[in-house]
Amino acid sequence: MERTPIAKAINAGLRAAMERDPRVLLMGEDIGRLGGVFRVTDGLQKDFGEHRVLDTPLAEAGIVGTALGMALRGYRPVCEIQFNGFVYPAFSQIVTQLAKLRARSRGRLSVPVVIRMPAGGGIGSVEHHSESPEVLFAHTAGLRVVYPSTAHDAYWMVQQSIASADPVLFLEPERRYWEKGDVDTSLAPGQVAPLHRARVLRPGSDATLVAYGPTVKLALDAAAEAAREGTELEVVDLRSISPLDVDTVAESVRRTGRLVVVQEAPVFHGAGAEVAARIQESCFYSLEAPVKRVGGYHLPYPAARVEEHYLPTVDRVLDAVEQALAA
Amino acid sequence: MTDAAVGPARARGEEMVQLLDATGARREHPGYDVHLEPDEALDVLRELVLLRRLDAEAEALQRQGQLGLWAGSRGQEAAQVGAARALRRQDHVFPSYRDHGFLLARGVDPLHVLSLFRGVDHGGWDPVAHGVHPYTLVIAAQMLPAVGYAMGVQRDGAVGTGDPGRDTAVLVCFGDGATSQGEAAEALNWAAVYNAPVVFLCQNNQWAISEPVRQQSPVPLHRRAEGAGMPGVRVDGNDVLAVLAVVRAAAERARSGGGPTFVEAYTYRMGAHTTADDPTRYRDAAEVDAWRERDPIDRFRTHLRALGVLDDAAERAIQQEADAFAERLRAGVPQMPDPHPASMFEHAYAEPHPQVLAERDEFLAAWARHEQDEQLGSTVGGDR
Ligand SMILES: Cc1ncc(C[n+]2csc(CCOP(=O)(O)OP(=O)(O)O)c2C)c(N)n1
Ligand SMILES: [Mg+2]
Repeated sequence: MERTPIAKAINAGLRAAMERDPRVLLMGEDIGRLGGVFRVTDGLQKDFGEHRVLDTPLAEAGIVGTALGMALRGYRPVCEIQFNGFVYPAFSQIVTQLAKLRARSRGRLSVPVVIRMPAGGGIGSVEHHSESPEVLFAHTAGLRVVYPSTAHDAYWMVQQSIASADPVLFLEPERRYWEKGDVDTSLAPGQVAPLHRARVLRPGSDATLVAYGPTVKLALDAAAEAAREGTELEVVDLRSISPLDVDTVAESVRRTGRLVVVQEAPVFHGAGAEVAARIQESCFYSLEAPVKRVGGYHLPYPAARVEEHYLPTVDRVLDAVEQALAA
Repeated sequence: MTDAAVGPARARGEEMVQLLDATGARREHPGYDVHLEPDEALDVLRELVLLRRLDAEAEALQRQGQLGLWAGSRGQEAAQVGAARALRRQDHVFPSYRDHGFLLARGVDPLHVLSLFRGVDHGGWDPVAHGVHPYTLVIAAQMLPAVGYAMGVQRDGAVGTGDPGRDTAVLVCFGDGATSQGEAAEALNWAAVYNAPVVFLCQNNQWAISEPVRQQSPVPLHRRAEGAGMPGVRVDGNDVLAVLAVVRAAAERARSGGGPTFVEAYTYRMGAHTTADDPTRYRDAAEVDAWRERDPIDRFRTHLRALGVLDDAAERAIQQEADAFAERLRAGVPQMPDPHPASMFEHAYAEPHPQVLAERDEFLAAWARHEQDEQLGSTVGGDR
């Protein structure tokens, strides 16, 4: 157990996967010599060489398209997209090829590519660096989409994603890269939670807060605040957007009767909408109040000096909780 | 002195257009020439100096926490000032994100650039009034729109009329790294297929963040033009006269209906990629020092001194203007008001969108509660 920032935990997870399997390769812009703009791949090119850690030309379609080709040849490429807003040149390769090749070949072809991408805002950056595009990918059949919120999960989930036979979009909460957490690296593979299992991080009986990625900490902060006022909120970290572990959420909601989903992405057509729909289908008679959603607005991500008003805050979460409790 | 960049380039049979060598001595070129009247020459120097000053001030403002980020143009002044000088009022520029020289040249208040890097907006200038598109941060994403704009120019009949006030060129800026994007290849192809009036200005500053240009392409970048079917020229990007001459010819060709040209301005990014970058992790100080010898402003200054166009009084006048310019930036940036939070709900759509309107109402209601709570000295229900 060591206190490790999320960025370093991912680095350690990549290193472990590369040591275990010589077919694991890293590809991306500035990931070698520089170690990535967030230093997530720091030192890996030095230790594994340029054949396994590729500083690629500046072309995302190229990164994902060639990764797919290498996967056909038995490699397990892990692509880094430098920032969330720069994935779109690769969108065609991801959606039309990577996601569909298994189905198109009736299972004869396997493309175990991982695409790592920092996501979410709150870092005071310029345009295209703070977006939360997870549902564009979650809406694409054939892809798995995961989003760890803690260093421990980041360490294990990146390895599980690499081991997956399916392509995985691995989102990294960029504003949390330097937040430290305990990482238990000593677990045997069987002891690690399955990649797509949600996790209850804080038990509570009054309402359930569902969050993922960067909003998990927010949900925990809100729960701590609520506890001071005597309200006990249960916090569930989804960890995976596709597939969605509805059972874990439903089990919680059956006990609390109330649900608030917190995400950074726009609420409109967002992951929270899917959670809300599934929960009303599976536990309609346990619900005491309509499901509330807190998240970004249906707007282009605003300029840095306004972003604090766009992002969900503890107060907005508590407002929603209050409304759920009042219903 | 031998020219560090010209040497190896020559060895590969690559010519680079130069009208001033690194020492500031005037060179002849069979294909290109340019003559500046003394006043205009001093004005070019003035623009070079102001652009460098903008960079220095912005870097300092970033360090003081007044800007979130800064992407500097230091070292690339001649490429930008020279190219901008080749344009006419009706021409249109599609910049990337460190093309501040084009904005100054086209009369944009530099505070409108700094507001972007402060995080106040995405660039405050009027793209139509100044003929400068908003900065594009997605690498190469401005290239196809620039070609499309040029196709619009063609359809307006604003090409090849011979009227110097009407014929229009479109200049698009991009970096060496950008040439790797698929869209860059598409843009060259489209421009060539439609014979669009475009000048592709590639500022090859040798680096794309930490990646040297050889990791983007094994062939000199201007040779991309050949495959696309347009002329490609490599110009010394630290030679403001050569850039002016080459881009002027390319823009004239575009305006006259001759079609697109690819210009590779061979230059160097003297500073970090942005203030968030640490170039000591990937490049040697010796390389930077070698390029410092090729400084675009010193070179032009030496030339003007030799011509007798620049004397101490003129130099002082420029420095005084630069000081006043800097003072204005230092005073203006900290005073920039933050936008009203609700302003983010503006302009996402031209026509009403019910969900956005509902979200805005909800936001405003929460905001009003927050303001009220503030007055009551409480933070309950507020944003922070
Ligand atoms: C599509 C896309 N991918 C990645 C990035 C991240 N990024 C920003 S600048 C840059 C390097 C650009 O190099 P170059 O084109 O040479 O321009 P320069 O910064 O040197 O002016 C990268 C990779 C981006 N902005 N857009
Ligand atoms: Mg460059």
